[in-house]
Amino acid sequence: MSILSFERVSYAYPGADRPALRKVSLSIEPGEFCVVAGLSGSGKSTLLRAACGLVPHFHGGSFGGTVVTAALDTREHTPAQIGAHAGTLLSDPETQVVMASVRAEISFALENRGLPAAAVARSVEETALALGIADLLDRATDELSGGELQRVALAGALAGGPELVLLDEPTSQLDPVAGDELIWQLRRLNQECDTAVLLIEQRLERCVAAADRVLAMSEGEIVCDQDPCGFLEWAAEHEPALQTPGARVFAGAGLRPLPSGVKQARTLLRREGLLHEDRRHGRDGADTGDGPTGAARAALTGGAPSGLPGEARGRFRRRRSREDEPVLQLRGVWHELRDGPAILRGVDVRLHGGEAVVLMGRNGAGKSTLLRHAGGLMDPTRGRVQLEGELALLLQNPGDLFVHEHVRDEAPPQALRELGLEALADSHPRDLSGGQRQRLALAVVLGGERAPAAIALDEPTRGMDREAKRRLASWLSARAREGALVLVATHDCEFAVEFATRAVLLARGRVIADGQVTEVLAGGRYFTTEAARILGGEAGAVRVEEAVALLRVRRDGAAATPTEAPADDLAGIDDLAGAGR
Amino acid sequence: MSAPGRPRIAYRRRASPLHAARGTVVAAYCAAIVTAALLTEQPLLLGALLGTVLCAGAAAGDGPALRRALRRSALPLFALSILVNLLVSRQGLTVFARLGDWGVLGQVNLTVEALVYGAVFALRLLVVGLACLLAVCAADPDQLLGSFRRLSPRVALSATLALRLVPVLAADAGRLAEAQRCRPGARWRSPGTRARLAVLRATVAGALERSLDVAAVLEMRGYPSARRAPRRLGGRSRHDLAFAISAAAIVLISLAAALDGVAHFDAYPLVSSPLDPAAVALALALPAIALAPFLDRAGIEP
Repeated sequence: MSILSFERVSYAYPGADRPALRKVSLSIEPGEFCVVAGLSGSGKSTLLRAACGLVPHFHGGSFGGTVVTAALDTREHTPAQIGAHAGTLLSDPETQVVMASVRAEISFALENRGLPAAAVARSVEETALALGIADLLDRATDELSGGELQRVALAGALAGGPELVLLDEPTSQLDPVAGDELIWQLRRLNQECDTAVLLIEQRLERCVAAADRVLAMSEGEIVCDQDPCGFLEWAAEHEPALQTPGARVFAGAGLRPLPSGVKQARTLLRREGLLHEDRRHGRDGADTGDGPTGAARAALTGGAPSGLPGEARGRFRRRRSREDEPVLQLRGVWHELRDGPAILRGVDVRLHGGEAVVLMGRNGAGKSTLLRHAGGLMDPTRGRVQLEGELALLLQNPGDLFVHEHVRDEAPPQALRELGLEALADSHPRDLSGGQRQRLALAVVLGGERAPAAIALDEPTRGMDREAKRRLASWLSARAREGALVLVATHDCEFAVEFATRAVLLARGRVIADGQVTEVLAGGRYFTTEAARILGGEAGAVRVEEAVALLRVRRDGAAATPTEAPADDLAGIDDLAGAGR
Repeated sequence: MSAPGRPRIAYRRRASPLHAARGTVVAAYCAAIVTAALLTEQPLLLGALLGTVLCAGAAAGDGPALRRALRRSALPLFALSILVNLLVSRQGLTVFARLGDWGVLGQVNLTVEALVYGAVFALRLLVVGLACLLAVCAADPDQLLGSFRRLSPRVALSATLALRLVPVLAADAGRLAEAQRCRPGARWRSPGTRARLAVLRATVAGALERSLDVAAVLEMRGYPSARRAPRRLGGRSRHDLAFAISAAAIVLISLAAALDGVAHFDAYPLVSSPLDPAAVALALALPAIALAPFLDRAGIEP
């Protein structure tokens, strides 16, 4: 018997003009690991909320069809009753955690069900041990980092030993290491306890390899239901935005079958004789230029070093004639908390106009603090921050900027016009879609009298699908080419390589790597792209098109040109979609 | 590391004997100090109790929060209490200022007795307030409310959520205020009243959105069908016993002293505060009894 089944389920939220789910039918067997893919607004989250009973019990609206979760019909059973068999984890850990201490949080659902004290205590200990959070049990929940909070929320969902776990983008706020750890823990849970997993995820490269099945959704319908390889073939043909970077590399190079993960990709390349084992983790900075790797490098860069900014032009053009004058300079910057640790430890960075810089590092590495110092929101306890001109700083939650009733009151008309928001001037900011909110937030911070010399964004891609990220990357590249300094803190390596020319890697408040994005990311294991992991950092290929060119050169013995040219237009961020329902 | 708006006054697990005791015991200990303050008007004893609370806070690692509260509230509390009592009290005999007829307040004469009583009342309020603050800082709210859940699950859970949402909303307000500083030109000017009101309104609107999300989570975790919580496992620790005995002793001694008329104090009609040996002994004994449990520092690892 299926652990979860949908039978011709249609659903529309109250007041919505179109349904969020359309005649969805599917079944998930016990012990299956299913990933749900789809662009923002495709109905993934609604599917999950229907599975746990929040739709329709909590959200209301019109509901048709039948959902049976763990043998409970969601029409006849409440989310609380279903929750005893199916643990649910939504994307924002801040609202998932309801108790003040970790131990109380994990035991909360068990106590509500009236389990004996001994059973509660045992379950709490075992769940904490299984998720590696035993040392957090006596901590207060408001002291935890985002990654820790997400693992605690997961523990709360798993404590009752559910037969099914439903997860809505659980890694969206985690750094690559924590995100991979969470997926690994889910896989372990699936393997060792036979727990079925239904996982919604935007970064498919993280989880497709672990999945038994991948469901793709579009406009409320399931448009693909296949094993990972079948899904990747389908995506290559019907929805390229859902392809994993590894699959794009293979598709671009004309290789088959499309790989679901790094291991499979390397195995296939090895079999084809396209993998140079001795070059794994090499950065190729000292490559001689001879042989296929050097030829590929030359083909990729046109004989010039890659990643150098183009000539400045337009509204953001450089105002200083001396190119070596930095727009932003941090000299020995320390940020030490009173009665607490040092968040930044002697950071020295010089950033110039026209550079597109990505700031990377684990949660708590100091990225957001560094941006706050750059934006003048914090003062260093030691050291100096020098900024030539103005810096437009957009913090993590664009909605935090909005305090007025109308869009027109948030930003000047010129900024609204520039970001294509004129038509929405009379709307309430909270009624805007995720992408529109992002654009409005940009309009707010860019709405000064003078064009800013620098634009800084903190984790701008949370909840964005790949297409929206690509458009934002194009917009940022365009601003850098116009002469502005672009500085972005992100965990998303695939997004970073689409716009950045330089990468700064932070660890415990220190700069541990600073250089061209290809140099910094090519040899990494976590802070790198899937393309670089597949090729082991050969020839500094971190982008899909670079990896494609490299493989084509190696296979055909002739130089090839990148297959995908980046879009470059302000209108490109027109559909910056935020998290869908 | 971004935690703008984290409240300074909140429970933090620390390595102290008080934090090693159960939430209910800590609450009882603080309630005993409050009871002692309510049972006496003797300034010497109230002063001793004030010192006791501050020392207990310092020994528990919550001294800064208590001292900050003392600095901020002591002066306004004394000023307000004295002013109100001076204006409304008619019982003192030692007049030091005659202010004439004040309409509805009638003939207003300021007396030394009213002034002293106002100061004693403020001192008592200060002890009560700081003892409650110590309870907030040192009593594990989950343990405390877990105990109440055995009596009334819904009320206890609502209180838990309220406590949980306070730091969340404080963080939201901090983030919103910080985001406003990212507006062009706003970075170097202090926000006006209008801007502050806008942030407050946005925080309230955000709180409504958040409460919906939290409600969905509660729904899934079985809150609507919450049953009587089970009794928690584990015996009482040495710190539970020490603080419970200390609390009981404080209450019993204070009660006995009040019934026996030891440490007597009268503000009206004339100030009378005899400093007899019994009052001095009581002023020494109460702090000693209250602070004795802090000497045992075994097993206090947070």
